[in-house]
Amino acid sequence: MGTVWFCLVAVMVAMYVLLDGFDLGAGAIHFLVAKTDEERRQVIASIGPVWDGNEVWLLAAGGTLYFAFPMLYASGFSGFYLPLMMVLWLLILRGSAIEFRNHLDSRVWIPFWDFVFSASSLLLVVFFGAALGNVVRGVPLDETGYFFEPLWTNFRFSEHTGILDWYTVLVGVTALAALMMHGALWIRLKTSGDVGERAAKLASSAWWGVLVLTGLLTMITFAVQPQVTANFKTWPLGYILPAIAIAGLAGVQFELRRRGELNAFLASATYLLGMLTSVVFGLYPMVLPARNAAFSLTVASAKAGTYGLKVGLIWWAIGMILAAIYFVYVYRSFAGKVSTETDTDGYGH
Amino acid sequence: MGSALDVHRLHFAFTITFHYLFPQLTMGLALLIVLLKTMALRTGEEHYNRAARFWAKIFGINFALGVVTGIPMEFQFGTNWAEFSRTAGGVIGQTLAMEGIFSFFLESSFLGLFLYGERRLGRIGHWWAGFLVFLGSWMSGYLIVATDAWMQHPTGYRLLPNGEIELASFWGLLLNPWALRQYAHNMLGALQTGCFVMAAVGAFYLLTRRELLYGRTFVRAGVTVGVFAAILQLVPTGDLQGKMIAEYQPTTLAGMEGLFVSQEGAPLAILGQPDVARRKLDNPLEIPAMLSFLTYRHWQAHVRGLDAFPEDQWPDKIELLYYSYHIMVGLGTIFIAVMGLAAILLWRHKLYESRWMLWILMLSVPLPYIANTAGWLTAELGRQPWVIYGLMRTAHGASPRVVAANAWFTLLGFMGMYTVLAILWLFLVYQEIERGPEPETPAMSREVSPAATD
Repeated sequence: MGTVWFCLVAVMVAMYVLLDGFDLGAGAIHFLVAKTDEERRQVIASIGPVWDGNEVWLLAAGGTLYFAFPMLYASGFSGFYLPLMMVLWLLILRGSAIEFRNHLDSRVWIPFWDFVFSASSLLLVVFFGAALGNVVRGVPLDETGYFFEPLWTNFRFSEHTGILDWYTVLVGVTALAALMMHGALWIRLKTSGDVGERAAKLASSAWWGVLVLTGLLTMITFAVQPQVTANFKTWPLGYILPAIAIAGLAGVQFELRRRGELNAFLASATYLLGMLTSVVFGLYPMVLPARNAAFSLTVASAKAGTYGLKVGLIWWAIGMILAAIYFVYVYRSFAGKVSTETDTDGYGH
Repeated sequence: MGSALDVHRLHFAFTITFHYLFPQLTMGLALLIVLLKTMALRTGEEHYNRAARFWAKIFGINFALGVVTGIPMEFQFGTNWAEFSRTAGGVIGQTLAMEGIFSFFLESSFLGLFLYGERRLGRIGHWWAGFLVFLGSWMSGYLIVATDAWMQHPTGYRLLPNGEIELASFWGLLLNPWALRQYAHNMLGALQTGCFVMAAVGAFYLLTRRELLYGRTFVRAGVTVGVFAAILQLVPTGDLQGKMIAEYQPTTLAGMEGLFVSQEGAPLAILGQPDVARRKLDNPLEIPAMLSFLTYRHWQAHVRGLDAFPEDQWPDKIELLYYSYHIMVGLGTIFIAVMGLAAILLWRHKLYESRWMLWILMLSVPLPYIANTAGWLTAELGRQPWVIYGLMRTAHGASPRVVAANAWFTLLGFMGMYTVLAILWLFLVYQEIERGPEPETPAMSREVSPAATD
């Protein structure tokens, strides 16, 4: 039952990365693809009706983590206290920026919120990436099941790690490259004209960055977290997951050349999915590895009572079917390219 | 205020109090907007659709602020209250996760359609979008109240030998009798905020002699619904809540009422300042035997005061608890008077010309916010010293590794950020009110030109 929930939480986190990933990525490249106010309205309009729903995946995944693995929630969230609070502040700023940008037609109001939107999106991606890096490398848990790590130390290759250090920042930068590509492909899919053209170019150059960083990071990760190596050795079938990631990344390049807009976006989603499932597969059965392996939180040690997990499975399934219906309906309602005439005025006014 | 525990408590209290300014309005307005949309469908008058569109904009601003200030709430259980989360996460995580999965997906999906998809959806479709947003927000309210109710009166759980608490009955948790009563009381409070805000904006328009047709609609809708909400807030829901507290949390009742000494025929304190050190109420203004009657429907009933309980089980901030409760009840009584009077004037066709009453309605707008906040403070301070009533003390619930300095750092950060949000909120909402609803079609505005009404 614990393993089932381990997989379900992973699915929800993956959904969050795929969906909110494109609107975070779109925010990070906001100034790179859109130069005028009208173009920026297009970018905002392309994510306007869906960003909030996408972000709900984070809340839903958090809630699910809470009741399925209470110990992990308690230990992880209190251990990552400072960076998590900063993530919350960034989420507050970003949500305000998207919602309030179009409320006032002013030359100080709009550029201000554009900047807040873009900067907070960019920092959020780096922070989320760094968080993933911390989880993969492990944290200094002790026998009580808790830890607290400084925000940063000296960024050197040493035992004295911080939440932000060379490895986790590298993961953050990789995440940024990947989501910039993902967001650019979304913007290219949803907009026309100059914005779409610039997004296509940006996606092509980001692709090379993703390729190099992914290769580098994969090699380092095998060294940093021995469990990953062990898992792939024990269950060689797991190699299918990184293969999916590689196929997705190749697909992006292929579709970019064929100018397949939707397919390129889906290929990028496949790449992200392959990467995330590889990480999850590599960590199992740990949910939060410790430096001292004896104190690692595992599926078995962190999970909640069996009855609660069983009953949760019933309502979770019902809720997910409903959520899937809403998402299909909403994405279909806002299908097609955003039009500067109807959508940009409609959103936020 | 030195210890980490105090800072964690203030941290949660501050962020939740600020957050709840927004959901109380959006939950109340959601119902009123559905009513306006229903009126539009039934009468076929475009006027109601325009009115609904105006309120949808105010709803949108408040909803956005509710979302951004709501996300920190869920995370704080883990960041600041790790021991509590470790112990009880298997139970309360259920309702919190359900809120995300059942309410937030619904709300976030259909709010976009409701705000920007009116033309695409058509009349009936747009009504449904509004209804689903209402459903999502009221369901979210229930799941949060159920979470709090479990902390007030735990049900459906099993205590494990290692001290952790696990879920034993899903329906026991979800249909906690405490949750049902608290929900009814809480939602009426939210509805009152919605009604007072709507009536106040209407009164503002009538007093400034503009948007007269809308002004009347808003005042009429706010007062008509508001008078029922104000009465039901007191009886039966407030009364039921009081009896429930008397039965399951007698220390809370004693603290709320400032009753230090157990007695028969206990009086109801209307005013007075509880002196906890001397254990007496200063300058009391009391109704004799009323507390006994209200609690047990018997004038001479014995009511246990704080002296009947060991001091380590008393709520630890009795003064604040006492004042919160009295402010809530006092304002609730005032609401019945204000809404009742306005309703009588409306019924006698005199309300729109009674400028004094419109002034009162307009200036009352902060009061339901204060009353709702005071009500929640009563519930949460009254639960002390327990984080889970009778099972786990608040002192044992905080995160062991998050020191006071870290909690202060983030509390100050939130204070700064929320100050900015509060200014933005007032500015944006005022701007929408100032901009007003879309103008009526020429034929209709002629009908109610200022000259015709004066």
